[in-house]
Amino acid sequence: MTEATIRWISGPVMRARSTGRFHLSEAVLVGERELPGEIIRVDTEGIVAQIYEDTTGLKPGDRVSGTGQRLSIRLRPGLLGNIFDGLLRSLTDMPGDTVRPGTRSAEAAMLKFLPTLRPGDQLAPGMAFGDFDKGHIAEKFLPPPGISGTVRSIVAAGEYRDDETLCVIEDADGVEIPLSAGHAWPVRVPRPVRRRLPPGEPLVTGQRIMDTLFPLARGGRAALPGGFGTGKTILQESLAKWCDADVIVYVGCGERGNEMAEVLNEFPTLEDPRSGRPLLDRTVIIANTSNMPVAAREASIYTGITLAEYFRDQGLHVALMADSTTRWAEALREISGRLGELPGEYGFPAYLSSRLAEFYERAAHVETLAGGQGSVTIIGAVSPPAGDFSEPVTTQSKRYVRCFWALDRDRAQARFFPAIHPLTSYSEDVDALAHWWQSKGNPDWTSHRRQILTLLEQRARLERMARIVGKDALPPKQQLTLLCADLVNESLLRQSAFSIVDRFCSPERQTALLRAILHFVHRAEQSLEGGIALADIAAMPVLRQLQRASEEIPDDKLERFRMLMRRQDDEFDQLARGHAHAR
Amino acid sequence: MRAELTVRNVAQRVEGPLLFLKRTVTVGLNDAVQVIGQDGVVRLGRVATLDEDSIIVEVLESTAGLGVRDTVVSMLGEPVSFDLGPNLLGRVFDSVGRPLDGQAPIPAMRRIRIDGMTINPARRALPRDFIETGITAIDLMNCLVRGQKLPLFSGSGLPHDRLATEIAQRARLRDDPAGDFAVVFVGIGISHDVAEAFRSAMETSGALGHTVMFLNRADESSAQRLLTPRYALTAAEYLAFEEGRHVLVIMTDMTNYCEALREVSASHGEIPGRKGFPGYMYSDLATLFERAGCLHGKPGTLTQLPILTLPGDDIGHPIPDLTGYITEGQIVLDRDLDRRRIYPPINVLPSLSRLMAYGTGEGFTHADHPALASQLFAAYANSRRVRVLASVMGQEGLSDIDRNYLDFGDRFEEQLISQPGARTLNESMAIAWEILAVLPDSELTRLSNEQIETCVRRKSSHA
Repeated sequence: MTEATIRWISGPVMRARSTGRFHLSEAVLVGERELPGEIIRVDTEGIVAQIYEDTTGLKPGDRVSGTGQRLSIRLRPGLLGNIFDGLLRSLTDMPGDTVRPGTRSAEAAMLKFLPTLRPGDQLAPGMAFGDFDKGHIAEKFLPPPGISGTVRSIVAAGEYRDDETLCVIEDADGVEIPLSAGHAWPVRVPRPVRRRLPPGEPLVTGQRIMDTLFPLARGGRAALPGGFGTGKTILQESLAKWCDADVIVYVGCGERGNEMAEVLNEFPTLEDPRSGRPLLDRTVIIANTSNMPVAAREASIYTGITLAEYFRDQGLHVALMADSTTRWAEALREISGRLGELPGEYGFPAYLSSRLAEFYERAAHVETLAGGQGSVTIIGAVSPPAGDFSEPVTTQSKRYVRCFWALDRDRAQARFFPAIHPLTSYSEDVDALAHWWQSKGNPDWTSHRRQILTLLEQRARLERMARIVGKDALPPKQQLTLLCADLVNESLLRQSAFSIVDRFCSPERQTALLRAILHFVHRAEQSLEGGIALADIAAMPVLRQLQRASEEIPDDKLERFRMLMRRQDDEFDQLARGHAHAR
Repeated sequence: MRAELTVRNVAQRVEGPLLFLKRTVTVGLNDAVQVIGQDGVVRLGRVATLDEDSIIVEVLESTAGLGVRDTVVSMLGEPVSFDLGPNLLGRVFDSVGRPLDGQAPIPAMRRIRIDGMTINPARRALPRDFIETGITAIDLMNCLVRGQKLPLFSGSGLPHDRLATEIAQRARLRDDPAGDFAVVFVGIGISHDVAEAFRSAMETSGALGHTVMFLNRADESSAQRLLTPRYALTAAEYLAFEEGRHVLVIMTDMTNYCEALREVSASHGEIPGRKGFPGYMYSDLATLFERAGCLHGKPGTLTQLPILTLPGDDIGHPIPDLTGYITEGQIVLDRDLDRRRIYPPINVLPSLSRLMAYGTGEGFTHADHPALASQLFAAYANSRRVRVLASVMGQEGLSDIDRNYLDFGDRFEEQLISQPGARTLNESMAIAWEILAVLPDSELTRLSNEQIETCVRRKSSHA
């Protein structure tokens, strides 16, 4: 093992003198308490490393030892339902109320193993050799990528420590390789796949403005930028709760400790609508709160994405929520500043853009090494200073994401949630996903979506005009457009994360609601042309029912939308009769 | 534990708050040191950077009067710590935890690092206990919950001190009028009269016996200013998690703290970030604000009410901006409302309480509370929009509904936000239902038909 001696230390960065063979990105253990660190610079004098924990008490002369490996985490079944720090050390098992530096991970876990291969079977690359017998999610025992051969021996079903040898295989060269439940994988290296697949299916989020207007494909990438108080966290949590991924990796990166408490408090009590199990069972939380060491914040994003890839390699669809990528970029900036690197825009290091690209590129819909399908979808929150979207993290993220869900301060202040602004947001996955919506019972999805967006655009234009001439001065047709756009906003786009009925909206209900609203728009336009007064249309009782429909018609009572259509027809017909009568 | 080592003749250079020493003894990073000059004054310092030959000490008090030939340095061998024990309540301390009230130091039962340790997020309990402050704009619209950190965003000349004092005097649980509470007042770079006004207000209400004060005056050194909230929060944590009290920490003024941070950062020669503030200001503020919270299995709680005056009334300034990203909401005071003699001048629209959803509603406050607040927000936001319209083209150009909104906006500010004295939540709700009656049903999209019928239209049947 290579060793070095600290000669300079300041904050989370240290320099050590050594003649040993250290390598860039190698993990090191620092000082008596063996604090984890990573080498960020090597020269003939020695090394520079960042330390992932509080460095209080370290001094020149303290020992640094190399591990010979890049910064890695140990991946194994049984991680779901738990909360970890940025280096995948369990926070649940940690003794005491506070996080103490140098805490080792707890004792080896006991895991229930069910063999799926027999001696003599071939283990192809990426193929599982056992099933994990716990929980409802099909977790598997995977060999490290790149390992293949003939099974020599495999243990019987039972409970084993996670570091015990479960299976021995002999590779093509006749070398015996022991396999245990877990294996280490360097966090900064993407795990290999057989090939990447084009996007085909959406990640159904249950949020109407996302699914219907700005859908995100499985394996896609989305950015969620918004100033403070615009509802990023609530929205990320809603997505984590209700999106139809198999596994959620929730990375709290430089955010509040209470938000982690929220997830831990709420998820066990909420039921996954698809499996009927507590939501926590499909969730892993990586928590690096804002007051935890800043270097570990930088690593936590990579830990999260590596974990997500590990689940993907088991043939699962994974959604990764990163809240917030801005805090991660700031961690980069802080470390860069301590190293005295030349700052770029806003003091961020010049390599910010390439780091963001590396991260977002790890999202993919893939064929796994074993031949199955899996995906990792990334949803990254961005916290731009003063809500200004022209700052570097937002603009650079925009270059790599396909969905941009821009949160709007005015909407948030009126407590209009989700506060995604329909005119500044976009999705590049729309064309790829139209087919899915068409097969899900809405052949007109593309045109419906366009109608809604046109209505909202017209509203913005008319509002500007109304500000000059007054609303009453607009022709009735334009006033009707305003009325309809308000209905779209109130009924379709607003969705309360706290309403039992409306926190999740199935694609079927989204379609039914969309149809009901567009039916109203269509009939109202016809009626206006038929000579009916705008005031009469605005006073229709069915209008209020439409406004409240998303709140009052649950997913299991979709037939009530048909009644709502019929009532619209009745009321419009009545207006028409009254009008004819009056003439 | 405490191995004091005194060294002489090691000082090489004094530069601003930094003291450069030759390294002759073994010290660890962040260890506390005492620097004594020829004037005999003991100054507290901290080891900031270490290499094989030298030590850089950040002196946390004024370095005026220090020389290189006659400075004596004691290495305390541990990080800066605070001795705490019983009978803290009723005491007054200076910025570094020394008694200011002329009484004996408190008995040292526990010696605690002032930096505090990061609370394990897995051990945090979700704050859910609604605190009734008696202020409608807070209780009804942006409620305060035990264990929350909710700052007041104010401006110079606005009545934030009065508001904070009122909250400190009244803040109680609805069903638990007494409770084992404590108030920690942290004056950061404040003038003497602000501290005195708070003290006398607490005395009048008889709460002084439950109050601890930490005072850092405006004329004290900047480095010291960075320590005051850390000493105070260490004491608050002791009161909350060792003695099991419900502690409310009022910190005023965080803007002074951030200015001091900028000054110290500049003296270290660090690369400045936005408006000259250091890039790590977010992390630094987080180490203060994240010390609020509730823990599983511990009876006490720590609630923070930091006050910051927005430089130039700009909410986009780095200080409020970074604070807003860390804290669980904010209460924003508004100069226009204040000019119109509306007290408290809280603008509810940019204000926010992130924990509102967890502390209100059925089983916490009132089943209708969340829907009512949501409807009030929607209507008030619209009334502000209409007000802009009306200012451009006059009221004549408005539709009937828009005129209703104007009326609603005025009533909202004058009848609901403005209040002569404390109100219970039920009283606030009753007024809110009454003013919503100005609007027609079709505008009340966030209320159910039942709520409109029983609460808005027949308000008398609703208690």
